[in-house]
Formats: sequence, structure tokens, C-alpha cells
Amino acid sequence: MANSYRYIGKATPRKDGTEIVTGGAKYLNDIKFPDLLYGKVLRSPYPHALIKKVDKGKAEKLGGVKAVLTWEDVPDWKGGTPRYTRILDQKVRYVGDAVALVAATTEEIAKEALHLIDVEYELLPAVFDMEEALKPGAPQLYDEFPGNVVTPGVPFFGPKSLKEVIMGDTEKGFQEADVIAEGTFGYENIPNPLPPEPPGAIALWEEPNKLTLQVSNQASYMDKITLFHVMGRKVEVRSIGGPCGGSFGSKFMSWQVQSYAALLSRATGKPVKLIFTKEEHLAAFTMRPASRMKARVGMKKDGTVTAVSGTWLIDTGYYSMTTQSQVAVGCGEVQIAVRCPNWDLKPVIVCTNRNASGIVRGFGGQELKCILIPILSLAMEKLGIDPFEFLKKHFVKPGDGYFWRDGIWYTYRGVDFSKAMDQGAELFGWKDKWKGWLKPTAVNGTKRRGVGVGVHGNADIGEDASEAYVRLHPDGTAMLFSCVTEHGTGQRSNYIKMVAEVLQIPLENVSVTPSDSLINPYEFGPAGSRGTYAIGSAVIAAAEDARRKLLELIAPMLQADPNDLETEDGVIFVKSQPQKRIPWRAMSIDRTVTGYGRFEPDYTLTNCMMSFVEVEVDTETGNVTLLRVVNATDVGQIIDPQGLEGQLNGCLGSGGIDSALFEETILDRSSGHILNANLIDYKWRTFSQLPVIDNVALETPFPSHRFHAVGVGEVATSPGPVAVLMAVSNAIGLWLHGYPATPERVLKALGKVTAESGKRGVA
Amino acid sequence: MAVKKEKEVRKKSQERRRLNLTVNGQLFELKVGTEHDQVDPAHSLAHTLRETLGLTGTKVSCDHGACGCCTVLIDGKAILSCMTLTVECDGKQIITIEGLGDPKTGKLDPLQQAFIDYAAFQCGFCTPGIIMSAKALLRENPFPTEEEVKESLSGNFCRCISHYHVVKAVMAASKEAR
Repeated sequence: MANSYRYIGKATPRKDGTEIVTGGAKYLNDIKFPDLLYGKVLRSPYPHALIKKVDKGKAEKLGGVKAVLTWEDVPDWKGGTPRYTRILDQKVRYVGDAVALVAATTEEIAKEALHLIDVEYELLPAVFDMEEALKPGAPQLYDEFPGNVVTPGVPFFGPKSLKEVIMGDTEKGFQEADVIAEGTFGYENIPNPLPPEPPGAIALWEEPNKLTLQVSNQASYMDKITLFHVMGRKVEVRSIGGPCGGSFGSKFMSWQVQSYAALLSRATGKPVKLIFTKEEHLAAFTMRPASRMKARVGMKKDGTVTAVSGTWLIDTGYYSMTTQSQVAVGCGEVQIAVRCPNWDLKPVIVCTNRNASGIVRGFGGQELKCILIPILSLAMEKLGIDPFEFLKKHFVKPGDGYFWRDGIWYTYRGVDFSKAMDQGAELFGWKDKWKGWLKPTAVNGTKRRGVGVGVHGNADIGEDASEAYVRLHPDGTAMLFSCVTEHGTGQRSNYIKMVAEVLQIPLENVSVTPSDSLINPYEFGPAGSRGTYAIGSAVIAAAEDARRKLLELIAPMLQADPNDLETEDGVIFVKSQPQKRIPWRAMSIDRTVTGYGRFEPDYTLTNCMMSFVEVEVDTETGNVTLLRVVNATDVGQIIDPQGLEGQLNGCLGSGGIDSALFEETILDRSSGHILNANLIDYKWRTFSQLPVIDNVALETPFPSHRFHAVGVGEVATSPGPVAVLMAVSNAIGLWLHGYPATPERVLKALGKVTAESGKRGVA
Repeated sequence: MAVKKEKEVRKKSQERRRLNLTVNGQLFELKVGTEHDQVDPAHSLAHTLRETLGLTGTKVSCDHGACGCCTVLIDGKAILSCMTLTVECDGKQIITIEGLGDPKTGKLDPLQQAFIDYAAFQCGFCTPGIIMSAKALLRENPFPTEEEVKESLSGNFCRCISHYHVVKAVMAASKEAR
């Protein structure tokens, strides 16, 4: 679509590009200052145990060791929802749980000291499976969670926070159905979002209650808020974000590593840097929740869904900080994708003795779709319904509604995504490739091709509040105050574009402050694709406010009404008499003009992503190759074409499509150890295994903000995994019921291997 | 106790040795030892570059030789600096990401410029390693095919999936050199 924007929609270089390509960008672990101590964590080798005794004498005597802390030495800081997980506890609940913290003058000494701490444990029975954990007599992780069921609900989302999808009358719905399908599917491979930069923190504690933190987080302001609550609302926290070497949601909750560094700084009076190793990142930082669902769906011949009834089990590992939030958003998102009047969908969040689950792109909705769409597919199969037509028909249309995370009903007022979906299908060649359920697209000897499709949409594009200031200077420059960190989406550069567009000044005349909570206003941070609409709205409002104030200030000098003025390249002029002009510096060199912008949450818009995939399955080896992906979306208005393409290509990584192909965290369900906590054994896609990706991004103006755009980055990973499961099942003519489609799972489905294959969990 | 013993042995074996490393054209004379500005025989080249010489452009991600983030050039070849002991680099010519641009004019290497032009990064953490791997490829094979680019970068982990843009950037840099 043609537009007259100066920067919006144009390819412009990332503001931080030079620093990134020259190695000058200072990521967390690149920061160093005098007196810095290094922290390390002693971790439990047992999945469930009580700490009977800790002898830290030898460790404390090692030269260079400045502090050794155990559960007995630390204040009662707690995280989790509800807040039941102590920062260091007498009880350890997974292999890798923190037992002691060490600060020393070098990392090597800190590591050596860990070996000198003697811990006496009393072993407790452990549980690694959700259904086992729910049985009477199962090992109990917390007294506060009887039966290992985590308290549902999210206080932050309000008193009615969404805990389930219950509406209509499912019995009546099943009676109205032409077919009823029932099945069990699991998405339990707990992939790790696995950004290259490991989690970490640098803390400086100043008595009695001041904490300054350098963080690596996509949402650095929220660290201040999270830690304030963790630390008993008694600590004044300043969080300073910088370039973040990937997050994909995960680093949004870094309260543990940050608290470890804070405790060590508090104990030593020195700044402490604590960076996880890659093994800790994989085995002791958060991963995607595991999901399993047994459900029944009713469907009419025309594809109308008449009832959905089932239990959604979610394994959150040893604690939950955000799993209830993911369930709430997932429950909202499922209504955006599947229109049905009768629901009885009950989530149960379960604690088990493995590493915790946390935030990952897809945020509950990807997990739910990975297991619910296959069950809907069983009904579609009975009726011979094309899944593309089904998903297109069901996806939310203007005027439809949904209960969102706060339990409130919202009516959707955005665009109809059908056009984008149709264009995606056409580009992919869906009509030719779709041969019917469990039918391959093509067969060539032992190789069989199959296609699949998935969809996802999220109304969190307008979640939560954002604030920003824009300050104008007499030299014609502007500074954006926003606590947004750059974590890969290019949004810091995009906000500069938005400010430059509103003020009509060169891009190089706009800068953005460091993401320091001391100088910037409240910012929830980029999450749930909210960067473009929610944060963008605050930034635009701040720029517009500043512009308005400037014009009001200058108007008397030009003897004009502020509404008759325009500004361009640092010069203000009367629209009808452009020769009547005056530069910004007329504001006076001892003045700045500051605008303020705020975004209030809005859940009446959603984004959408549909992914089509084609796979080739070798029925002899069980190997699955992803040949092609087409992503289709409508973003209202592209802000940065290259950045958008990068985000959409991101559908493969960070626990996305590849979590349906080969990515998995392998938990030994007898010892509780993670067996592939390194980048050799944890499989990831290499440059030599790239499928063809095509992205369709339409620009139908959204009623969002002045640029009519919405964000879409977060959801890129979400529709693909279920599309892969569908495609592989179609290729081999049999349903796979679990992820990922590894050779052993494929061969097992084909009856070519038998025993042992179920070891990694449900097949 | 084993740790203490090991440390004593290590101390004895340090025969006041010196190392000469040329990093980005600058000669560094380093002592082998356990002081903070010295090179411990256990130090990886990545550690020495980052912690001793302050060249933090070289990133460490897996610290295990799997992800390619720490790639630098030694005598023109791409190597994993997390898997290379500094004491084994005596007399070597090392180039890191900081050394690619023209030190006099400050002009970026064409490969770096291509990465900016083609937006060949998202979070940027793996970028220095990818650029160094690509640099080594272009030194050996100035005009690679796309397949050769992919093959030579197959040891570089990128989680944002900037691969497609990276391949375009490397091909463009190669074309420009033609």
C-alpha cells in the first residue's frame, strides 16, 4: 500500500548496527568495573531432598572467597505465583536447585569454592510426571500446594483473571454435533527458548536497602517491579538494561539470578556479577511448560464446532511464576482461533521435580494449540473438512468476541485476516498439495511428503501499560525516554522512526535513553507482540505531546494559531505561509520541551499468524525434513520491512517450529537429570538445514495508532509446530500424538520399532 | 584437597614464561601466571581476549565448542577461541571482530557493512562469531556459492533465525569484492 511516510515502512539501518557488527555492543557480561566479584551457584544433585547440614568452612577459607551463603543466611525473599518459592530454601525441588551462593575475586576461585562446600541431604521421593504427581500419596513439593496443584489465577490480571474456558452448555453442544471426536495429545518436550546469551545479572547493594542492577532482559523496568515484591517491598531497586542477547520471553523473569547477585553483593558490600553457564541455562533456567490434553470435541458437517470439553494438564516443573498467566492468555487465544458457543476446558497446573517452566514466545497459546488443534483435526478427518478452510472460518472476525486474561469479554474491532490467509494459501499452493486427511501430498519410494497448517493470534498486542517522554532540544534534536531494551526485534530503532516521523526530523536527530529505570517512566516492555501497538502508542503520544507544546510555545512568535503551524527538519512554519518560519532554537537555548505519552491496555485488537508447512518423511529412517514454510499475516502497516522479515523467519527457532521436529530437553525420568544440557546434545537448526520460507505480510490499516500498525513478532513461532505434526501425520498416514517428530517417534508410529521408544515421555 | 594440590603444581610449572600474541595488529607480551593480568595455562583464548585484554567483542555462549559465538581468526583460519588455550597461541596472529575495520579511517570491513545493509542480525549476540566465520570463508574462497556459505557457517548458532539475511549479506559482500 502506498503511503507518504518519510520513515515508516522504509528499510532503515538499525541504530545499533555499527556497535553490533564491530563487537562494540556491551552485553551484560561485557560490563566490568573495579572491585567486581564473581558469583557462582552450588546446585543440588538430587531432584527432591531436605538440606540437613551445610559445612561451608573450607570454602570460606579459600583465598579470594568473599561470601558463602546458604538458606540459613538469607532473608525471606520469595518468588512464584503465589509467592511460595524461597530464594534459597532448606528443601531442594529439582536437580539444579540452588543450595549455596559463592562470591569470589575470580570466577575460577568461586568455582573451586563450590567443590569445598559439604552438604548433607535427606533424600525425598520425587515425581516427574503430571498424572503421577496428581495421584494420592505422590511426593508433595510444597505444603501450600496440596496434591501438587498450583493455585490458579493471576492477581496482576485482576479479580476475575481467566482460569479456564467455561461457557454455554457442552452437553447440549455434543447433542447438536454431527460427529464427536476424542483424543489425547502431548506437547511435553519442554524446548528451551535458548538465547545465545545466558541469563545473568550484576548487582550492587548499598545499605540499608538500595539495589542497583545491571540486567539482560527484554523488559528491564519490570525487574525493578518484580524484585521489589520478591524482596518484601522493602528494597529500592534500580534496574539498568542494555543490549539483550536474545530472550524470546525467557529473561522477562530473571528474579532468581538477579536475587543471587543481590544477596552476594549485600553480603560483601561489593558489586557482584553472576552469569549462568550454558549448562545452567539449559538445566536451571526456565523452559517451555509441558502440556497434555484429553479432550472431546463436537462438530457439525459444515465445520461448526458445537462443544469442546477437556482437561489441559500443564507441567510447570518445580514452581510457577508465570504459568497461570500463560494459561490465562492461552485460554483467551484459543477463543480467538476457535469459535464455539459451548466450552468446558479446565486447565490444571501441576508441580513436578524438574526445572521450572517459564515464559517463551507463544505464551500458553502455542502450547494449547499444539494439543487442541490435533483433537479438532480428528473431527475434521471424520467429516473430510479441509483444515485451512476450518481455521480461516473460525479465526476471530470483527464483531466476534472472547474472554481475555482478565476474565472480561472483549469485542474484536480489528481487520479480517481471511485475505492474508488466502494469499498465504495461494503462495503455498495449499489447494494442490492438500490431498485429504492422512494422505500424503506425494510419494517417491520411501519418501513421503505431507502438508499442514496452523494458526495463532494474540490480543496481548495491546496488553499492559507503557509510558514514554520525548524531549525536544533547541538544536532540532529529540530524545526518547523509554525503558525498552533491544533484544533483537529492532524496536528501539523503530521507536526512533516513529518519533522522527511525528516530528519530521532526520532519524539521526533522534536518540533514545539507556533503558534505566532511574530516568525512564514505567514500561512493561516488549512482550506478546505489544511493542508496535502498546509501546508505539506511548511513544507516539509523547512525541505528539512534545510537538503540540512546542508549537504552542512558538505560535505567539509567528503570530499564528498553533493549529496552523507545521514543523519539519527543526523549523516551524505557518502552513499557509511557509515563508513565515522560525527554527526550534527560538524556544531559547536554556529550554527543553518534554512531552508525555501513556498507553492504557486495550484487548480489542489481536494479531494473527497462519503458517503452512511441507515436510518430507523418510519412512525407512524416520527422518523428517522441513522443506517449506509460508507465514501469512496482516500487520496493518509495516514499520521496518527487514526487521519484520527477521521476526517472521524466527518461526523456526526459540522453541518454535523446530520443537515439532527435533528440539527437546531430555529429562531422565528416573534421576531427574537433564541429559542434554549443552549445545551439542540439545539439537538446533544449522545454516545448512534451512527450509524455504516465504512471508506474506499484508497492510490493511488497523484502528490502532496513527500508523495503523500492530506487532506480530512474538507469535511467529506459534502456528508452526501443530502444522508440522499435521504434515508428518498426513505424510505417513497415521496420527502422531506427541512432539517432536523424531525418527524414533515416526518409526514407532509406523510400527517399525517397538520397545524403549516411549522412554522420553508419552509417545 | 585435590584442588589445592593442583594449584601448587600449576604454580610450580609456571617458569616465568612469556607469550607473544599479535591481536588485531598489536603485539601483546603476556606473562604466564595466576595474577589477574597474566595468562593462566588453563585460560582459553576467549577468556584472555575478553578478560585480560578487554576485547569483549568476542562473545562466549556455550563455552563448549558447539555454537561458534567465540570464533576468531588465528593466522587467517577461523577457530573457536573457547576451545583454544592461550598458552598454545604464542607467536600467532589473531584477528577479532574489533580488528576487521580499517584502524586508520575507522571504515567498516565490507562484510560488516553488508551485515548492516542486509539487517543480518536481530539480537546480535552471535553476530561477531558469524562475521568472523564468514571472513575466514571469504579469505579462502572469495566467491563462494550460497551452499558454500551455509556450509561454512553451519557451526554458528543463531537463535533469532537471521540465517537468511546473513547468507544474503555474505553473498553481497563477496559480490562487491568481485
